[in-house]
Amino acid sequence: MDALEVKNLSVKVEGKLILKNVSFSLRQGASHILFGPNGSGKTTLISTLMGLPGYEVTSGSILFMGQDITHLTVDERAKLGIVVSFQNPPEITGVKLGELLKLCLGKNASEDFSAEEKRQIEAFRLTGFLNREINVGFSGGERKRSEILQLIFLKPKLMLLDEPDSGVDVESLRLIAGEIQLYVGKSGSSALIITHKGDILEHVKASYACILLSGQFHCFTEPRSIYEDIKKLGYEGCVACRRRNVEGWKSEREQ
Amino acid sequence: MSANSKGDLTKIPHQILEEAAKVGLETQDKNRSGTYFHLNQETVAAKVNELFEGKLELMDVKAALKKYPWLEEYRWKIVSKDKDEYTKKVAEDYSGGYFIRILPGAEITFPLQSCLMITDRNLEQRVHNIIIAEENSNAHIITSCLQHSGVANASHLGISEIYVKKNASLNFTMIHQWSENTLVRPRSAAVIEDNATFVSNYVCMRPVRDMQMYPVAYCKGADSRVSFNTILYGQKNSLLDIGSKAVLTGRGSKAEMVSRAIAREGSKMIVRGMIEGDTTECKGHLECRGLLMDDKSFIHSIPELIAKTRGVDITHEAAVGKISEKEIVYLMTRKLSRDQAVSLIIRGFMDVGIMGLPDALNAEIKNIVDKSTEST
Repeated sequence: MDALEVKNLSVKVEGKLILKNVSFSLRQGASHILFGPNGSGKTTLISTLMGLPGYEVTSGSILFMGQDITHLTVDERAKLGIVVSFQNPPEITGVKLGELLKLCLGKNASEDFSAEEKRQIEAFRLTGFLNREINVGFSGGERKRSEILQLIFLKPKLMLLDEPDSGVDVESLRLIAGEIQLYVGKSGSSALIITHKGDILEHVKASYACILLSGQFHCFTEPRSIYEDIKKLGYEGCVACRRRNVEGWKSEREQ
Repeated sequence: MSANSKGDLTKIPHQILEEAAKVGLETQDKNRSGTYFHLNQETVAAKVNELFEGKLELMDVKAALKKYPWLEEYRWKIVSKDKDEYTKKVAEDYSGGYFIRILPGAEITFPLQSCLMITDRNLEQRVHNIIIAEENSNAHIITSCLQHSGVANASHLGISEIYVKKNASLNFTMIHQWSENTLVRPRSAAVIEDNATFVSNYVCMRPVRDMQMYPVAYCKGADSRVSFNTILYGQKNSLLDIGSKAVLTGRGSKAEMVSRAIAREGSKMIVRGMIEGDTTECKGHLECRGLLMDDKSFIHSIPELIAKTRGVDITHEAAVGKISEKEIVYLMTRKLSRDQAVSLIIRGFMDVGIMGLPDALNAEIKNIVDKSTEST
């Protein structure tokens, strides 16, 4: 069974059609890379999968582990195991990072972190941030590290990651991507990663990639070759030369 | 029985103490340096914890005026008798109030507590409080003012005059718990001398019919400092007009004001703040934030800055608005339900951490605030 199956999905944002009748599925236990230029609908796709407000599904359906989640609320999807990282997470006055991390773990405010959890917080270099208000005065890299740690603490089945590599230094990228890979590898969960850069491919073992352009999917293939082609030919050029392959990923054996 | 020989809380009925405990009264008074209790028209307890004898004085103000003729020099000196109809009423007749004096150099490591309570219906409680923090002293005071939940129609008129002398530090936290039919008119002022610090915290988490106050701090001393921190939770048609004012006349004096106001269920809230800089090298900042929970309520934020000379450095920031949908949804992606997300945002917004309290007291007040927001 696929982890996620999207059928004929069309989505409007502020009355404008952004995703046009798209269909695709995500393999269980695999990481998938989604390439695409700015404004192609990548964030709309991830936001729609999470059920964020402002994204109106005008047709089609979303199945998660075989269950139709098209009309579930954000928290209902989160409880099923779908999580999302935000590019610009909000600052929340008075709510401490430590408090939020405990909520992610399903702990009470009075419970302490386990030794393993403390190790992970330290690995993400966030120990000194536990008593800080969430995202208030955090740098770009600190926000990213905090987002990914929250997601891992939520123990998800599907991670939707919106540019986890943007605005972070080389070391943070290695850390973030390495931890994502570690979690996916260990838990057998799936990931959908939006990126503009190829660097993340050095740390995340992704077998599948595709391009989203003007609200439609193209070029279901594997990440490395497509990334090279995008660099050489641009998104339009890449899509032009691979136009045939719009049906979805073949099984790994066929590739 | 003379008021300064009043005993501890043992003579006060259990259900009254229980009610007061909800707003911070420590009934065993173990962890307090002293306890003062004024019930309706009478001081019923005024006792210093024996560990702190010789370090502070605590008694009914009328008894103190008899004992210390010099205390007249502190009465009606920074709050004017003729200020308004409420001060005039208290000047005419009053039932007492607390006199607290922290002796020179005394370190009061446990908070001192006072409680002013109304249990009689239609009562107009009138009190006059005087606090003197002598030179080089350091103390925390927590005062709870409340009306028993079963009592209809009452009013509370309270005058407070607070003196923080050279190098002294006084942290004063007031928690109010009135009811939907109480009229409340506190009239407070403080004078802060050289290198002294006064922190005034105010918490109001329960409905009140009509509440208006605008305490003022005069930073007269060189390098004197004042902070006002205010947490307001307006609900059930409460009318709250709450502000604070700092007048900076001492060279290098500083004022900080932080207020957090939540309005719901038809509450009307006017949140004021004024910093007046009268001297060069004075500094002030005012932060005023309001959260509106529905369309029946309103918040009117009025920050005011007055500079009377060059070199005054005073600033403000104010933000009033609806609870952020983006913040709610963000927390919902972390498996919180909408209700849980809203209540977490509210609890965070009413952050007791802004008050600079010692850990134990911080935890107590956080608990009071959390309980009040949970129950609505």
